[in-house]
Amino acid sequence: MSDAIPGASKRFPTSHSGDLAPAMDHLDELEAQSIYILREAFARMKKLALLWSLGKDSNVMIWLARKAFFGKVPFPALHVDTGKKFPEMYAFRDQYAKEWGLDLRVDPCPPIDAVDPTLPPAARSAARKTEGLKLALAKYGFDGLIAGIRRDEEATRAKERVFSPRGVEGGWDVRDQPPEFWDHFNASPPQGAHLRIHPILHWTEADIWAYTQRENIPIISLYLSNNGKRYRSLGDADITFPVASNAANIDEILIELNTTKVPERAGRALDHETEDAFERLRVSGYL
Amino acid sequence: MNMIAPTSSIAKAVATPRPQIRIVIVGHVDHGKSTLVGRLLHETGSLPDGKLEMLKAVSERRGMPFEWSFLLDALQTERDQGITIDTTQIRFRTPSREVVLIDAPGHAEFLRNMITGASQADAAVLIIDALEGVRDQTRRHGYLLHLLGIRQVAVVINKMDRVDFAHERFAEISREISEHLIGLGVTPSAIIPISARDGDGVTARTPRISWHHGPTVVEALDTLEPARAMDDLPLRLPIQSIYKFDDRRIIAGRIEAGQLSAGDEVVIMPAGKIARIKSVESWPVTPVAGKLGAGRSVGITLDRELFVERGDIVSHVGTAPRDTRRLRARIFWLHDAPLAKGAQILVRLGTKEARATVVAIDKAVDPGDLASLETQSIQRNHVGEIDLALAQPVAADPYLENPNTGRLVIEVAGRIAGGGLVLSVNAGERAIPIDIVPVESALRDDERSARYGHTGAVLWLTGLPGSGKSTIAQALERKLFSRGGSPVFLDGDTLRAGLNGDLDFSPGDRSENIRRLAEVATHLARNGHIAIVAAVSPSADDRAQARRIAADSFREIFVATPREVCEGRDPKGHYAKARAGNLANFTGTGSDYEKPDAPELTLDTTTRSALNLAGDIEQMLAKTGIMSAEPADIAANI
Repeated sequence: MSDAIPGASKRFPTSHSGDLAPAMDHLDELEAQSIYILREAFARMKKLALLWSLGKDSNVMIWLARKAFFGKVPFPALHVDTGKKFPEMYAFRDQYAKEWGLDLRVDPCPPIDAVDPTLPPAARSAARKTEGLKLALAKYGFDGLIAGIRRDEEATRAKERVFSPRGVEGGWDVRDQPPEFWDHFNASPPQGAHLRIHPILHWTEADIWAYTQRENIPIISLYLSNNGKRYRSLGDADITFPVASNAANIDEILIELNTTKVPERAGRALDHETEDAFERLRVSGYL
Repeated sequence: MNMIAPTSSIAKAVATPRPQIRIVIVGHVDHGKSTLVGRLLHETGSLPDGKLEMLKAVSERRGMPFEWSFLLDALQTERDQGITIDTTQIRFRTPSREVVLIDAPGHAEFLRNMITGASQADAAVLIIDALEGVRDQTRRHGYLLHLLGIRQVAVVINKMDRVDFAHERFAEISREISEHLIGLGVTPSAIIPISARDGDGVTARTPRISWHHGPTVVEALDTLEPARAMDDLPLRLPIQSIYKFDDRRIIAGRIEAGQLSAGDEVVIMPAGKIARIKSVESWPVTPVAGKLGAGRSVGITLDRELFVERGDIVSHVGTAPRDTRRLRARIFWLHDAPLAKGAQILVRLGTKEARATVVAIDKAVDPGDLASLETQSIQRNHVGEIDLALAQPVAADPYLENPNTGRLVIEVAGRIAGGGLVLSVNAGERAIPIDIVPVESALRDDERSARYGHTGAVLWLTGLPGSGKSTIAQALERKLFSRGGSPVFLDGDTLRAGLNGDLDFSPGDRSENIRRLAEVATHLARNGHIAIVAAVSPSADDRAQARRIAADSFREIFVATPREVCEGRDPKGHYAKARAGNLANFTGTGSDYEKPDAPELTLDTTTRSALNLAGDIEQMLAKTGIMSAEPADIAANI
């Protein structure tokens, strides 16, 4: 028995003899895919919100949403606020929420006492955000949360789906992720549960910077070198540390990224406390 | 931590970027996929600082020799059990490619994860253990690559150290796997002997494989080509959504094949409606001039108002996809329960979703076991060919004519359960089994209208819950009946108790609810009755579909009671419950009711009685040719 589809080697038919459209470059391809994902989320979910952490990734994501929906972000931008971000981040949030016409919702995180005491200190501090997220979900009833995580950031994020179901308690069942292929997404969370939607999962750190530069997206100055140091990834001020760097503009950041072997989240204390700290955070609903 | 770049590297960084290629590594469990990935990253200098030390520590903690696979097997259960559960991705560079490596689990239980990973690849590396040879997952993965449309496959025969680098063993396995792959229409681009653990054949041709004259793994990866956008195929723009954020009505979607520009004459399938692209919209700069090709996410406006909906395909006149209610597909099945003949499933084709019935199953086999017998149902992780009867027409292409619009996925209970390639599209065939022959009525239309004093019609009362639809419908029913007419009242809620009892209030089920109401009402109208439908029907697209089904007999009546008034009335207590958060998906409290753009009649219930409004409807029916102005005078016709 041969299972080859008959004629599989024949040329595909063509209908056009005119000039071809301009070819897409790498950033065009990333952008088109992200827009497709955002539009699928908007078409298929009932109540969406975009998680805005004020960092470079979620800023790109908001920009992509404005492209997807022709200037208007048609769902709220949710900032689950630990209260411990850098002052520059709050200033950025207040300025651009207005300038970009966002429906901004700021929701606080519960105090540290409400968080699993068996987690190592930095992870426990970060887990406040998970608890804050749960409260916000209960308050607004969102069934889809758009989050700006990327595969290249961290090994368990690399295993994520684009549409990633969460349990009723917000948990991630890594042993039973649904199949996802050909840009067909599982968009039916069980009653009371929600989906995480990851429109920039396929981007890299360098892609984010190259796109930020091409599109002229505003950034927080902490990302640029000041006195030989810059922040590569921004989180809570007390558990995030700068790296040694002379990169004072995006061109220089791109050059650094092309040669460095330091991982992006090296300055994020919560990733490095124990082998499984980050996985434990994610399984219970962290981003 | 130091990020500072040495000045010597700066020139290199700004050089032309290499093409990016996505490669999946597949094969039987334990044949060494993750080890090969670890070795490739190490040899190409792609591991971040501290990663090697971290892996050593993790291995030691578990009392194991150094384990490359921990690099990708990041989950605790994966490390504890020594198997890959889910697919992952990691990047590295070869001399001429930017490679995204996709590691896929080899364990049969995680085939769904293998497919998730492999479906994103441009090319594949199939790995085989030299000692064990071709095993069932080797064959199964080979078959799935073919079903996923991956035609570039390099084979590596790993653990050559365990067969003393014997050329004969290599040649034997090469023959067996080549035969299998060529039978599937895939010719391996290279077959390479390696030892991933020791490094032979990965980047270097070591003395132990001196008899091998083909490429190393890295050299083979360098010759694989990224998938190209299908600009030169006929245009296919599956509609994702229609946006009305401002005065533009933008049709949004991604061009799956071909290209478009403003001014193009297009046909929207499956309905076959013709229009011209007025503009190509964008942000921040709009409109866009010139051509846009496959892969772009775009928004277009048309030169006329057409009812189009998510799932329709915009194409060029003359090269449109076919509309069909019958498809034949070759699929793989991932669901626990086997797929059997007669099964009711949901099919997704591009952005279209359609209910379907499996009317036939052929050639269902286990692709991992060559000796397996064909069965009548498709078991989990098996493949087969199926015939589908769809509940509504869809636009589709055979896979061979258009890979992107020629593949489908199947959903069971809201979760993807399988997928495959469209082998053929049977245009024009109905979704009914061939042994059912519709029988027409023995009565003529004019006989009926002579008796009733009207022709058939579908009166569609739409409005918020509590707006007064049912009250008006009842008043009208009474009026028509007293003058000898034949009204039939179809209340949305009443039908949900029976005919539509299987549907909930999700957007998909709401659409199906409306479709069924429209089908029943249209059937009544064809038989001369006036069907009065009272249904919230909040979605303009759903009502557009109802209008399509009922065609000329359709009259849309908007019961335009303001929300505050409806909420004050609240005859069924729905608003109170919804406000208290006990009624999910309730229309009325939010802004999810889409007002009709151009109803045949709009009713104001705040100033006039139901009886008066029923009179308005009667007048509209007289004006639009449904009934004579005065009650039929039967005596006058004798």
